[in-house]
Amino acid sequence: MHIPDGFLSSRVWAPLDAVAAPAVAWLGRRAQRGFDHHKIPLMGVMGAFIFAVQMINFPVGSGTSGHLVGGALLSFTLGPAAAAIVMTSILAIQALIFQDGGLLALGANVINMAIAGVLAGYLPFVLLRGSRAGVFLGGVLSLMTSAALALGELSLSGVPMPRPVLVVSAGLFVVSALVEGAITVAVVGALEKIQPGFLRTPAASGGPAAVALGAAAVVLGGAGVFAASERPDGIESLARTAGIWSRAGSLVQTPLADYRLGVGSLAGTWAGRTVAGLLGILAVYVICRAAARILGMRKGAGAAE
Amino acid sequence: MNPVVQVRGLRYAYEDGTEALKGIDFDLQPGECVALLGANGSGKTTFALHLNGLLRASGGTVVVDGLEVREENLKEIRRRVGLVFQDSESQLFMPTVLEDAAFAPLAAGVAEKVALERARRALEQVGMAHKAHKAPWHLSAGEKKRVAIAGILAEEPKVLVLDEPTTFLDPPGQRGLAELLASLPQAKILITHDVAFAGRLCSSAVFFQEGRIAARGGITAIVHEFHW
Amino acid sequence: MDSPLHRRHAAGKAIAGLGMLICIASLGRPAWRAAGAYLLLLAAGTAAAKLPVPRILLGGAVVLPFAAGIAVIAAVSGDSERAAMVLVRAYLSSLTTLLLVASTPLPELLAGLEKLGAPEFLLQVMQFVYRYLMVLREEAGAMRDAAASRAGTVRVLEFRKAAGAAGVLFARAHNRAQAIHRAMVARGFEGRMPALRQLPFRMPDAVFAAGTLAVAVAVRAVLA
Repeated sequence: MHIPDGFLSSRVWAPLDAVAAPAVAWLGRRAQRGFDHHKIPLMGVMGAFIFAVQMINFPVGSGTSGHLVGGALLSFTLGPAAAAIVMTSILAIQALIFQDGGLLALGANVINMAIAGVLAGYLPFVLLRGSRAGVFLGGVLSLMTSAALALGELSLSGVPMPRPVLVVSAGLFVVSALVEGAITVAVVGALEKIQPGFLRTPAASGGPAAVALGAAAVVLGGAGVFAASERPDGIESLARTAGIWSRAGSLVQTPLADYRLGVGSLAGTWAGRTVAGLLGILAVYVICRAAARILGMRKGAGAAE
Repeated sequence: MNPVVQVRGLRYAYEDGTEALKGIDFDLQPGECVALLGANGSGKTTFALHLNGLLRASGGTVVVDGLEVREENLKEIRRRVGLVFQDSESQLFMPTVLEDAAFAPLAAGVAEKVALERARRALEQVGMAHKAHKAPWHLSAGEKKRVAIAGILAEEPKVLVLDEPTTFLDPPGQRGLAELLASLPQAKILITHDVAFAGRLCSSAVFFQEGRIAARGGITAIVHEFHW
Repeated sequence: MDSPLHRRHAAGKAIAGLGMLICIASLGRPAWRAAGAYLLLLAAGTAAAKLPVPRILLGGAVVLPFAAGIAVIAAVSGDSERAAMVLVRAYLSSLTTLLLVASTPLPELLAGLEKLGAPEFLLQVMQFVYRYLMVLREEAGAMRDAAASRAGTVRVLEFRKAAGAAGVLFARAHNRAQAIHRAMVARGFEGRMPALRQLPFRMPDAVFAAGTLAVAVAVRAVLA
C-alpha cells in the first residue's frame, strides 16, 4: 500500500505533502503533551516492534499467511497521536532505507496510513468502548481507509483503473482488512492475558473522541468520494456485480440516492457528493452511538470507563 | 577517610507492601571494591538502584559523596554514581558509540565540543576509541560492555556500580573486563554470581539474604560460610 | 566510508535529492533523453561517492515489482508510453533516494532534515526506531524459528500461537523501552534528548546543492 515515487501527479502529491507536514508537526506536539522527551524511547521501540512483528506469519488458510500492519493496535496502546507519529516515523524509515514508498509520496502515504488509517482504527475502538467488536472493526477500517485513499490518489493522478482491476483490488483490500481485524483481535487478546494495562480503556466519549470523529468523517467522506467520483463506472459495476444495485433500487428510495443532493446548483458537483457522503457518515455515527449506549446499558456497571 | 557511600537502615517496600529491603547498613570507602553476593531476589539489585535514586527508600538514609539522596540532589548524585546495567543493548541507546559515550555530559548541559572530547577520552580508556563511529548493534557483547563503561566514565563518577557485568561474556571477555576494571581508580560495587571474577577485583564481599545483609568479610570466607 | 559526496552536508544532499525527485516526477512522455541524462547524472554521483556503480544501479530496481503492476495495466489499456514512463520515473526516483541514503549515515541525514525544518520530536523517534530495528527483528526471527520447529497441525492453533508470539514480542519491546528509559535517567536524562549533532553548512555544500538543482532543471527544460 506504500505508493512509490513516479506514480502520483504533482497536483496530488504536492498538496498532500503540504497538508501532511503541519499535521505531523501538530500530532508531534500532541504526542509530546508535557512528557517532553520521556516518551521517545517507548515510541521508538514500538516502531521497531511494528517492523519486527511483520516477520510473524499468521496462517489464514490454504498455505497463505497474513501479517499485522499494526496501526490500529498502536492506537489502542499508545493513543492516536503517538500512534500516528510512530507510524509516520516507520513510513519515513521505510521510504529512506528500504525504498518502500516514495519520498515525494511520503505525505500521501503518511495521510493514508499514519493519520487517516490510525484515526479510522481508533474510532470504532472508542465508540464501542474497547470491546472485541470495536477492536475488530478498528483493524478492518484502518486498512480499508488507507487502501481507499491510496486508490483514490492513484486514480486522481490518472492511473488507469479498468473495472476488473478495481474489482480485484477492492476484493484484495477487503480480504486484507478482514485479516488485519482478526489478527488485531487475537493480539489484543494475547496482550490482555500478559498485562491488561497495555491497552487503554476508552473514556466515555467526550471532546477528544468527537474531534477525532469529525476529522475522520471528513477524511473518510472525502476518500470515499474521491474513489467514487473519478471512476463511477468502476464502483457501480462493482455494486452491479454484487447484485446489490438492482435490489437496493427497488427496495428503498433513499433521499440520498446516487449521492446527489436535490438542491439546485449543488447537484452533481464534487461538493454536493462530498456533503452527501459526510451526511452518510454522520448517520453511521448516530447509529453507532445509539448502539453503544444500548450495549453499555446491557453491560451495566461493568462497562469500562 | 569519609566513606564515599554510606547507607543506614535502608528499607524498601513494593507497592503491594512486600518488603524487599529490611534495614541495610553499608559503607564503601574511596577506591574500595566490594562484591554483592546472594541469591536471585535477595535484594542486591534493588539495593543498587537506591544508590542513584532510581528507587526511593521507604525508610533510612543513603548518602553518596556527602550528598543525601533526595530529589534536589539527584542530578549531581547521578553524575557521581555510574550504574552499568546488565543489559548493554538497552544501555547503549544512541545511534553511534561516540554519541552514546557523550550522552551523560550532553544531558547535563555540557557544551558539545567538551562532551565529545570527554567521550573520546573515556573510549580510549576502555580501548574502544577505534569504533567511535560504529553502530552499537554491530559490537560484540564484550565491546558493548566496554562502551557502556565508557559512557559512565565520561561523567567522571566517584563510584561504579556494575550489575552482573560478566553475563554474555566469554572467558577472554571476562578477563579483559577484569583487567579494565582493575585499572580504574573509582570505588566499585560489583553485583555478581561469578565468584572468581569478584575475587580478581574485590577484597571484600557482602552477602544478601532475603532483603538483609547476612554477613560481610573476605570473599573466600563468605563463600565458605554460605556454600556459595 | 569517505568520498567527496559523503563529505557534503546532509541538508545540501537532501535539497539536491528533492530537486532531482521533483524533476523526475514531472517527466511526461516520452522523455527518453532526459531520463538517460538523469541516469548518467546518478551514475556519476555514485562513482563520486566511491560506491559500486552496478550494485547501486541494480538496487534502484527494488521498486520495479510495485511499478510493474500498474505499468502492465497501462500497457494493456493501450498506453504503452505511459507504462514505460511509470517504470522509468519509479526507477530513477528509487535510485536517487538510494544514492542519498548510501552516501549519508542516517543520524547525519536526520540532523540535516532538522536543519531543513523537520520536527525534532519525529526525528528523535526515528533515531530510536533505527537503533532498535535490527534488535527487535532478531528477537522476532528467533521466535518465528522456535515456533517453526514445533510445527502445529491445527490451523486455528497456529494462528493463536502467532498471536501469542506477537503479544510476547510486544511485552518484551515494552520492557526494553522501560530499561532504556531507566538507563537514560541513570545517566542524567531529565526530559531533553541531546540535540541532533549539527555539522556546519559550508560553501562547497551550497555549491553542490545549487549546482545539482541547476543541472536537474536544465535537463528537464532542454531535453524533456
